[in-house]
Amino acid sequence: MGLLETFKKIEPDKKKQPLLHTGYDAIFTFLFTPKTVSKGGTHIKDGMDLKRTMVHVVLAMQLCYLFGTYNLGHQHFAAMGQYVGFLEGFHLKLIHGLIKLLPLFVVANVVGLGIEFWYAAKRGHAVEEGYLVTGALIPLIMPPDLPIWILVLSIIFAVILVKEAFGGTGMNIWNVALMARLFVFFAYPTSISGDDVWISGFDSIRDGMAANYGWAHSAFNWLFDWMGLATFSGGQVIDGYTGATPMALAYQGGWEKVTEVYSVSQMWWGTIPGSIGETSKPFIIIGAAFLLATGIASWRIMLSMFVGAAVMAMILNGWDATPFMSVPWYYQFYMGSFFFAMAFMATDPVTAASTNRGKIAYGFLIGFIGMIIRVLNPAYPEGWMLAIIFINTFAPLLDRLVLNSHMSKRLARG
Amino acid sequence: MQSFRRIASSFFTLFLLIFSTSQLSAQSAETSGDVFVIAILVIVGALILVSAVLMLSENFVQLEASKTGVDVNQKSNLTSSVSQLWQSSGPEYAGGEHVHQLKKGHDILLNGEAEPVVHASKTTRYALKPTDYRGMSPIPKVVVAEGDEVEAGDVIFFDKKNPAVKYVSPVSGEVVAVTRGEKRSIAEIVILGDKEVKYKQFDPPSISEASRDDIVNFLCESGGWSLINERPFDIVPAIESVPKNIFISTFDSAPLAPDMGLVIQGKESAFQKGVDTLARLTEGDVHLGVDARGETAPSEAFTQAVNCKKHWFSGKHPSGNVGIQIHHVAPINVGDKVWTLTVQQVITLGELMFKGKYDAERIIAITGSEVVAPSYHRTYLGASIDELLANNLKEGKNRIIVGDVLSGAIAGEGSFLSQNSDQVTVIQEGDYYEMFGWLLPLSPRPTISKTFPNFLFPNLKFDADTNTHGEKRAFVVSGQYEQVLPMKVYPQHLMKAIMVGDFEQMEGLGIYELSEEDIALCEFTCTSKMPLQSILRDGLDMMREDA
Repeated sequence: MGLLETFKKIEPDKKKQPLLHTGYDAIFTFLFTPKTVSKGGTHIKDGMDLKRTMVHVVLAMQLCYLFGTYNLGHQHFAAMGQYVGFLEGFHLKLIHGLIKLLPLFVVANVVGLGIEFWYAAKRGHAVEEGYLVTGALIPLIMPPDLPIWILVLSIIFAVILVKEAFGGTGMNIWNVALMARLFVFFAYPTSISGDDVWISGFDSIRDGMAANYGWAHSAFNWLFDWMGLATFSGGQVIDGYTGATPMALAYQGGWEKVTEVYSVSQMWWGTIPGSIGETSKPFIIIGAAFLLATGIASWRIMLSMFVGAAVMAMILNGWDATPFMSVPWYYQFYMGSFFFAMAFMATDPVTAASTNRGKIAYGFLIGFIGMIIRVLNPAYPEGWMLAIIFINTFAPLLDRLVLNSHMSKRLARG
Repeated sequence: MQSFRRIASSFFTLFLLIFSTSQLSAQSAETSGDVFVIAILVIVGALILVSAVLMLSENFVQLEASKTGVDVNQKSNLTSSVSQLWQSSGPEYAGGEHVHQLKKGHDILLNGEAEPVVHASKTTRYALKPTDYRGMSPIPKVVVAEGDEVEAGDVIFFDKKNPAVKYVSPVSGEVVAVTRGEKRSIAEIVILGDKEVKYKQFDPPSISEASRDDIVNFLCESGGWSLINERPFDIVPAIESVPKNIFISTFDSAPLAPDMGLVIQGKESAFQKGVDTLARLTEGDVHLGVDARGETAPSEAFTQAVNCKKHWFSGKHPSGNVGIQIHHVAPINVGDKVWTLTVQQVITLGELMFKGKYDAERIIAITGSEVVAPSYHRTYLGASIDELLANNLKEGKNRIIVGDVLSGAIAGEGSFLSQNSDQVTVIQEGDYYEMFGWLLPLSPRPTISKTFPNFLFPNLKFDADTNTHGEKRAFVVSGQYEQVLPMKVYPQHLMKAIMVGDFEQMEGLGIYELSEEDIALCEFTCTSKMPLQSILRDGLDMMREDA
């Protein structure tokens, strides 16, 4: 245990350097499970702790990360009509994806964790693990070309006002990652909505718009040149390419318009424009299945959210007033980010309802209202972010209803 | 509920599967949508068909039954037999009686189970501790002094607030120490026991003929009353207290718990006498919780007991907890008082009424991975733990626990058994660092989480230690508590109500139905490492002081 002893030696003083000590403590407890023992109560403890819970959620997202990164590159080249086959130009697509994703990931985690550390030091408690998941979620739900300063602002807003103001992990009312996105959505709407933002590497999506490469691309060009591989050669957006997502198309012309541009299997596998993590349904479902199998996420929320969305979509099918309403209800699940919201956003144990019956109502309402926002709202053709935050607000109320009925039953029993 | 959960989750999986496969197999948009719709229609159709057939046949059965005069409300109808597919019926020895099958809970399998051998006593020192009795004033009136000779049954101390209830010596011998704790409170009165216990001879009233008051007075004088535990607050009852019911759990499902069948051997008649006595004290019934978990029937002393109602319980821990059994038989409502006793306390009570002797003999299970030869020891209430464990401990840093690993108390050096203990557990202290212990644990450890491969090895036994495996956090739990608590309560919300001191909610959420041992498993599973048992006790103390 040479490492352990080295670490013990360099421990900073807690009183004199609180921030340094907090950072040290966070890294130390990451490397080593502390030697704390139970004091009375239950003498033995389950091997499960918050770190392990959170890291399993992050693990469940890894396929979305892999696919999302590659798909970023794929969409970039698809807009220029280059390397149209999914696996063609593999190294270029991967590197382009990484060049776009890594800054988002690094900044999201550095800024967010920095704030967490600062608050932990100020309050004199350990750094809590909640941000592990938030920091992994935020890059997946942002558009790839989001300016870094907007990302930083959104994270500062979400972590300070939505989480730390309420007392930190376990105390917040709203989903932190979604509030970061919500901030961007209301404060800088042009950078997160419209057809332009989902394709990376162009200033805007117009015919003849040239690809926008920076120093990172040049560096890799030099490397690829030396290795004898194809390089980023630049190009222009091809005629007729709009970058519109299926949601936008469905709003314009219903399912027919969508299938003119994208095939069903494209939408299913996720080789379409969209937020980084949301597009590939099979990989999200694998992540969701992993969370369900390990018992970390609540199956009640997932199932009832699915049912809620399906019911609302069927009602809209019956109403049938606009092209979007007439999209068959089962095809609604092929578009947009329903599965991502279901698997990773709605199931957050802190902001979801905490009674079993409350969870069912909570999931159902999210599905139901999210579908209303998606189909009926002209401004923004996706509803899960707003629906989840809306129902987050009511989750304590749902629990209260369940508890009140339980309490009155108990009183009636006597 | 469990079966519903199973059905729901399998349907969900099926749904996702169909959703995926329809996509994989289909080439064009048209066909894939069709396959999907057809698959759903087939499932829904099949469900409707099956339920229609079930309802129809159910009706036929009922018609036929009413013709032949069979009582249809009994176990003859179809839905109950369908539900029995999900919940297997009780064991044969239950003789078709109703078995409470608890689906929730968790058995923590540990190494160091006691061998079914009872060794003779080797202890010499015993102590009676006022701190064992909740709510007693910290400085009770001690009527003996150091150097006094006492017999088993002689009064040692009594509470000045409740002077009628006497606390008596479990053995005969010499009082060697009256130890004081903080603020001059009495910590323990230590007695050096004689080799052969001399009993004070009482003159017990007849169980069947004496008035209730006579019996109560006799029990108060002779120390029998001090054996009784009154819920909701786990106190010695006031003398005017009349319980709604009296509950005795005749089995213990806690990790490494003693086998009550072994404990009761040779004392069957005393147990029955104890039950008879208790039946006179309550306005309701004496209820026995009987073990329906095993292959073989529990001791006849329990199954054939009279003057009481028997309730079969099966399922994982905490099915043997008396609190859980009360909840399923006759739950404690606001204002109710319910008495509980352990099997050995009932036996002592029975001996007292039968022979007029306060015979506080206890059979203690010495268990745990750090005990050289785990087995049972015959001794007396309040025996010295050091003497019980002498030459029987493995080397290393150990934690000695009076009781089980879930809700026992830490026994420091020179401590004594508590008045209701029947088990001592010794496990390793876990004060070590573990590299990436939260991510890649090196040693197997008990858990209910499916993120560990434990669920693949349901019979694996563990050498658990006292490491907390993580740090304390704010409540971030989703459903773990409910998974291990077979009661209709909302533990997380109750805990929060206690933490904010909301009396109305504590009462409404059923704080009176709980005791530490009932939520011990919740504390074990807690991801956020919350000290639920001490929070609950704080809440109960608040309610008690308020009452």
